[in-house]
Amino acid sequence: MNITPQITQAFIVCISAIFTQNILLSYFLGLCPFIGCSREVRSSVGLGLAVIFVMTCTCALNWILYHFVLEPLHLEFFRFIMFIIIIAAFVQFVEMVIDRFSPYLYQRLGVFLPLITVNCAILGACLFMVIRNYSFIVTVGYGLGSGIGWFLAIVAMANIRGKLANDLIPKGLQGPGITLIIAGIMALAFIGFTGVLAGQ
Amino acid sequence: MIQTLLISVLIMSAISAGLAAVLVVAEFFLRNYGECKITINGEKDLVIDGGGSLLASLVEQKIFIPSACGGRGTCGLCKVKVPDGAGSLLPTEEPYLDKKEIAGNMRLSCQVKVRNDLKIEIPEELFNIKEYSCSCEEIRDLTHDIKLFRFKLIEPPDIKFTPGQYMQLLAPIYEKSKEEVYRAYSIASDSAQKDIIDLIIRFVPGGICTTYCFEYLNVGDKVKMNGAYGEFRLSETDADMLWIAGGSGMAPFVSILHYMKNTGNKRKVTYYFGANKVKELFLLDEMRQFEKDLPNFRFVPVVYEPEEEWNGETGLVTKAVGRNEKNIADCEGYLCGSGGMIDASIEVLKKLGLDEDKIYYDKFA
Repeated sequence: MNITPQITQAFIVCISAIFTQNILLSYFLGLCPFIGCSREVRSSVGLGLAVIFVMTCTCALNWILYHFVLEPLHLEFFRFIMFIIIIAAFVQFVEMVIDRFSPYLYQRLGVFLPLITVNCAILGACLFMVIRNYSFIVTVGYGLGSGIGWFLAIVAMANIRGKLANDLIPKGLQGPGITLIIAGIMALAFIGFTGVLAGQ
Repeated sequence: MIQTLLISVLIMSAISAGLAAVLVVAEFFLRNYGECKITINGEKDLVIDGGGSLLASLVEQKIFIPSACGGRGTCGLCKVKVPDGAGSLLPTEEPYLDKKEIAGNMRLSCQVKVRNDLKIEIPEELFNIKEYSCSCEEIRDLTHDIKLFRFKLIEPPDIKFTPGQYMQLLAPIYEKSKEEVYRAYSIASDSAQKDIIDLIIRFVPGGICTTYCFEYLNVGDKVKMNGAYGEFRLSETDADMLWIAGGSGMAPFVSILHYMKNTGNKRKVTYYFGANKVKELFLLDEMRQFEKDLPNFRFVPVVYEPEEEWNGETGLVTKAVGRNEKNIADCEGYLCGSGGMIDASIEVLKKLGLDEDKIYYDKFA
């Protein structure tokens, strides 16, 4: 089996997941931590990295589960519950490992892990990879790309909010209000990327 | 069909059990930090199994830190001062703490892990809110509709409260009430007497808790209450004070007077107490005694319509304050009583030049 075309496809899927199909700005998944944790660049970077890591790993794990357990047993309808369970257990496990063995990594990354157990972007990515019938390698690329896309979006938002911190914003729009409006404008910009790819 | 159902349940249980087993094993080996000691306010030591978050560990020990998000680090309410043992500030906490709080070692307790011995400081109130079981030791008639109930604490056997705070008394299910209700009453006893709680309660016709207290509660009966709550207390200034109360609003001031007597407080106090009739005044002997014990304390009973000979103040208590007090801009106002009386008193005090933020009261619905 020649895997070069698969790697090429994985690369393309990865890039499109970052820009044109950005899981946050095109599908609006994972909005809760996006709004909650985008107040500071430092913590948004940490959370973003954790999302990249967890998304890549859980997409791969769930692909294995889906194709080697659920599909042979005709239990595809179970994927919603099973994926969530896998994600939660994986996150718990990784947090414990990091906590124990690398205080530095825990400080930068580990503390964010429990926060993203319930990040719906992660479940979303796992479900998309099933719907779109990705192969394993492509799935890894897709998970990685979606994670990077989410990371970019939240870091960009944190930077914008940092700039806004000293501006006068009408009272009713402060906090989540202005954040959602900015997210909408960013989403519009990301639609622009679709045109770039389509034009080739 | 049934086969599918069985297989699916079986598979899901198997996978979940497998994962749970992995986590349990991992937790046993990775999260084993042994026993850790949490020292609270330098007074109390708790020994707990390490590895959990500080918030969860405290809740396990029945110390309830306010938290709205359930420990996910998104509400920022569970702030606790941790002077020692928490490690460096985590990026998940930063957004919720300002510079002053960071300098003061404030942390989000849901993000701090208990890995070693910790020292924490929490407001006494949080630490001291407990449920007490007690027995009614004495019921004393003060007027025709106000009684003083004395309770002796059984478990825990003593209480720490700030004079001016209130307790929530539980009225159990009884003949006239199908549900348990809590009602708040200010503590009237001396805070130095740690095993006693006095409550002064006015009978409210049809009231669930007051009916219970007045018609069903007997000396020797067991009741439950929790507390102490409330921010109503003596300020830490030397300003002259004006106290205004009516009816069972007497209670917190009795406790505060005991406290002032115990600590030799010399602040000037003028205490206006309003009643409808002369026979509705109570604890007069005690007040006269406090006047003797505290050099700058003056008790001014005000009777609305004296039915007998009365050579004190008459009319509404708020009017009496208006008549007697001038230049009170530097004073502090302390109010306790019905909502109507408090609103009227605030009006009068503001008119006399007192700033609203120097008027203290607990408004009970």
